[in-house]
Amino acid sequence: MSTAMSQNRGLGAAIWDYLTTVDHKKIAHLYLVSGGLFFLIGGLEAMLIRIQLMQPDNNFISAGLYNEMITMHGTTMIFLAAMPLIFALMNAVVPLQIGARDVAFPFLNSLGFWLFLFGGIMLNVSWFTGGAPDAGWTNYAPLSTVSPGHGVDYYVMGLQISGAGTLIGGINFLVTIVNMRAPGMTYMRMPLFTWASFVTSTLILFAFPALTVGLFLMMFDRMFGSVFFDTAAGGNAIIWEHLFWIFGHPEVYILILPLFGAFSDIFSTFSKKRLFGYSAMVFATVLIGFLGFMVWAHHMFTVGMGPIANSIFAVATMAIAVPTGIKIFNWMFTMWGGNIRMTSAMLWSIAFIPSFTIGGMTGVMLAAAAADYQYHDTYFVVGHFHYVIVGGVVFGLFAALHYWWPKMFGKVLNEKLGKLAFWPFFIGFHLTFFIQHFLGLMGMPRRYWVFLEGQGLEAGNMISTIGAFLMALGTIIFIINVVYTAVKTEKVSGDPWDGRTLEWSIPSPPPHYNFVQTPLVRGLDPLWVEKSEGKKGMTPAEPLGDIHMPNASILPFMMSLGLFIAGFGFIYQVDDKGWLALVFIGMGITLGSMLTRSLKDDLGHHIHKADLEKDIEKGAGQ
Amino acid sequence: MSHEDVLNPKQLPHDPEKATLEGKNKFVGFWFFLGGETVLFACLFGTYLALNRSTSGDNTPEHLFGLELVFIMTMLLLTSSLTSVYAMYHMKNNDFRKMQIWLGITVILGLGFLGFEIYEFVHYIHEYEFTFRSSAFGSAFYTLVGFHGGHVLFGLSWIVALMIRNSKRGINLYNAPKFYIASLYWHFIDVVWVFIFTVVYLMGVV
Amino acid sequence: MRGWMGKFRSFFLFGALTILLSGCGVDNLSALKPKGYGSDLLFDLMMISIAIMLFVFVIVMAIYTFVLIRYRQKKGQEDFIPKQTEGNKALEVIWTVIPIILLLVLAVPTVQATFDLADESTKGDDGVTTIEVTGNQYWWHFSYPDDEISTSQDLYIPTGERVYLDMKSSDVIHSFWVPSIAGKMDTNPGDNDNTMYLEAYDEGVYWGHCAELCGESHSLMDFRVIAVSPDEYDQWKEDMQNVDPEADAETADAQEGQALYEDNCMSCHAIGDGAAGQGPNLTNFANRTKIAGILEPTKENLESWIVNPEEVKPGNQMPANLVSEDEASQIAEYLMELDHSDIGSNASDEEVEEE
Repeated sequence: MSTAMSQNRGLGAAIWDYLTTVDHKKIAHLYLVSGGLFFLIGGLEAMLIRIQLMQPDNNFISAGLYNEMITMHGTTMIFLAAMPLIFALMNAVVPLQIGARDVAFPFLNSLGFWLFLFGGIMLNVSWFTGGAPDAGWTNYAPLSTVSPGHGVDYYVMGLQISGAGTLIGGINFLVTIVNMRAPGMTYMRMPLFTWASFVTSTLILFAFPALTVGLFLMMFDRMFGSVFFDTAAGGNAIIWEHLFWIFGHPEVYILILPLFGAFSDIFSTFSKKRLFGYSAMVFATVLIGFLGFMVWAHHMFTVGMGPIANSIFAVATMAIAVPTGIKIFNWMFTMWGGNIRMTSAMLWSIAFIPSFTIGGMTGVMLAAAAADYQYHDTYFVVGHFHYVIVGGVVFGLFAALHYWWPKMFGKVLNEKLGKLAFWPFFIGFHLTFFIQHFLGLMGMPRRYWVFLEGQGLEAGNMISTIGAFLMALGTIIFIINVVYTAVKTEKVSGDPWDGRTLEWSIPSPPPHYNFVQTPLVRGLDPLWVEKSEGKKGMTPAEPLGDIHMPNASILPFMMSLGLFIAGFGFIYQVDDKGWLALVFIGMGITLGSMLTRSLKDDLGHHIHKADLEKDIEKGAGQ
Repeated sequence: MSHEDVLNPKQLPHDPEKATLEGKNKFVGFWFFLGGETVLFACLFGTYLALNRSTSGDNTPEHLFGLELVFIMTMLLLTSSLTSVYAMYHMKNNDFRKMQIWLGITVILGLGFLGFEIYEFVHYIHEYEFTFRSSAFGSAFYTLVGFHGGHVLFGLSWIVALMIRNSKRGINLYNAPKFYIASLYWHFIDVVWVFIFTVVYLMGVV
Repeated sequence: MRGWMGKFRSFFLFGALTILLSGCGVDNLSALKPKGYGSDLLFDLMMISIAIMLFVFVIVMAIYTFVLIRYRQKKGQEDFIPKQTEGNKALEVIWTVIPIILLLVLAVPTVQATFDLADESTKGDDGVTTIEVTGNQYWWHFSYPDDEISTSQDLYIPTGERVYLDMKSSDVIHSFWVPSIAGKMDTNPGDNDNTMYLEAYDEGVYWGHCAELCGESHSLMDFRVIAVSPDEYDQWKEDMQNVDPEADAETADAQEGQALYEDNCMSCHAIGDGAAGQGPNLTNFANRTKIAGILEPTKENLESWIVNPEEVKPGNQMPANLVSEDEASQIAEYLMELDHSDIGSNASDEEVEEE
């Protein structure tokens, strides 16, 4: 039934298909579209911030709205843009790279997406219901616990719901990579992107529960009268900071590691060389992940933890520079002696190296605990983390999207437009954020609604705002490229880049079941191994036979919808207990769906050999 | 051979929970999930330890806790962990009836535990006016122990649902992993309780 | 440690950097123009780290540029298949070990500076001043418990000696930052008190900011540190101790204002020594460098601040339209007469000036 999806189905059927899909490739589309939309919303918020800071004593937006803007910009970009875009890539690529037909838990994969989406929508609903959260994306207590209105309540419920989705996604990819690798795909033959996804998923698994607990405590304090962070009743506001950063620091590695993986694949492909120092790269990735858990308190040097704790966390943080440096050098030596093709994907990757190196260097500077007494909570920090997050994560997303776009959609993004988008974004990025390091040292704290005249901050802020407009321009050109490519460009073959890894051995976009026959992996860069022996494609590891695939289901959508409804009940029961009805309705929908899932057998379906043979005639086997 | 037949082989393998790829995935995935749960409880324990002396001049742990009741609760839960081991033993031997009996005993012991816990909370609230809102210690205590209690409730509902759903059809390769991970979950709850018993009650009284 | 760092300065790169960076920002505000012990120490640490980082950056960029120029695909080379190198043990070791050494070079002064700035060995000794700093939305309270002095917004310290600050908050978390004299430290609510010290080299008025998001007027929660010579500082203390909070105002308007102050303002604003109230302490108000931490100290600004505080500092707690504009003018008249000590007031002329 699924192989020959009706060609002339209506829009309703297409929507229903996406609402119920458990196919990792379609879930990747869902993540990409929603993450992309949230990226634009977060970008718009950033532009409003930069316009407000264009000149001293500006009154473009009010102080309260400004605080909502910075909070939602950070929260949106981290949780609703970067995370889902990374999940889009992981969904689109990881099963293909390891030669699997789907992820380990297709149902949970869908659940993870819908939880994220409903959580994200919930957060943004706050704009229309009396004010968004305004205590910063870090949401420090007690500012957050005493924040009037329901903004912070939306933060708590929205992140709790979308965080649960992320956790589920993380477990799913861990199991997928452990259990679903094709024959011969040993751990030390996995492409770096898969390795990085594996480490990232581990970080998600161990980091997100800390946020879950923090959000629960915050929820109890705000909605049910507990006193965790209320110092008047013996509570301790610093607990929130610890819980938040025990989650929050690994989070930055959750964001960057998959893109490190993507860059590794891209450098290797477009230099026509195998990755230099593969095992060192794997080791460095794992080490970064491990150290990522040991350093959370470097966000809290000025909290007053004392010199001993500060020194320990300072040195531990500096240690992370070593594996990161190993990676930078290995990337450069992957290109060394290679045959470098300057595609758009490669351009973004090449731009990443100096940008991220600067971000890493300011990172080491920030790690020097005492010096952080000057940097902390200033524009120096803002400059630093935008260098790693934009210069690393966003550049990486652009690079990876250009690289895997043909695999996801069967078309190569227009190269000319790709480069045209790159230059304004790249120049704008450095204009915006480089000067911010100096603004910080010149005495401008972060999250400042206005800066005063005569403090020498005018020129720097103006430059920064101009840069932001250039970045917006680059983003718009990229969107034009996406539309242009969808309308104009011709379909391409399964392997437009002369690829090295398994995903390029199958058609673009891949058939529903990915691999007609599971491939046999005979080394690192398995497709390259076959190519270098003069073969066209992979050798199958099994005879052609029926393929077992999971069934679509609407239940993940229903479960998430239930939590979404219950979320509003939790938020507004503070005002009127009548809202508790929503909690019961919502939780009823969720638990009812879970019960249905548990009691109703879901054995999946088979794609029969005869259908597969028909597909092969159309080119599915390659 | 259809999928139905694959899941109902004539001779059940010794590890029916890991005989299919789906089963293996559930098995590995659930262990990972428990890893995450460990962090969750670690954070709750950390919060509790940071706040258990913040009583706001109200009820202190020494004042509240008595070990007798908690000891009985501990015994109930530890025994229930053992009975669920028996259930899994019988599952591996494809003895469905005995598995159901042992799971039933597990559930009864779990319900006993839950009953005592509810009694304990009600007792604190009515006799001592010690509530979720009375002090940071109160908030931390009810959150930690309550999270565990919530897990017990969920675990019980899960096991009961599995027992009822499969009561007519016996063990096969489709439901064996489900029984198995439910019992894993039950063991995890038990381990967490051992820590609660030590950190909250023993250290609170001493 | 200072001597060790002094030698470091001799590096050409280092010297050039110092000159380059010290051109940044305005005096008495910028962390790049250190005017006190803490900021000086941190500036040196910053320079060491920047020097090391630039060293690494130059190497990375050299390899990077070479690779991109040399190995970029040339016309006719499209089918060239490079050698598939697996790696190189020696290189791997080099780029693991050298960064470790560089980081150790940075770690040692980092740890030293961290302990140095946390030193409290002289705290509580005779003649060593300890000031209690309290952060409030959106103003700062300073009290000198040993001398029974209270003030707000302007922090007076003697030059050339260590002054300890005991820091806490009355509401949310704030962060006390005087970039040109020292680093910053959070003020926490509850029992999480912090201590830091200031040591200003020269007399002057130094700009301070709140650095931890604390609400709508976070960006307006400015304050000043006024460093005066030890002699002047003693004089200031004496002046402040002799304040008579109930002294009658001089002009008729001011007397009206005083009565209005007692009816409307005194429940929140104290004059003379006392614990941090609802609002800032107004002792020596006539010599404040700024009104509400940000406005020029003119009578007009004061009046509009009294009548419409929300327009100046959104989210602050002072009620709007508590008094009429005429009444505000009389109150302003009275407050402008609270001239308890003119120490340091001449310094305000040379404060924050753009270069």
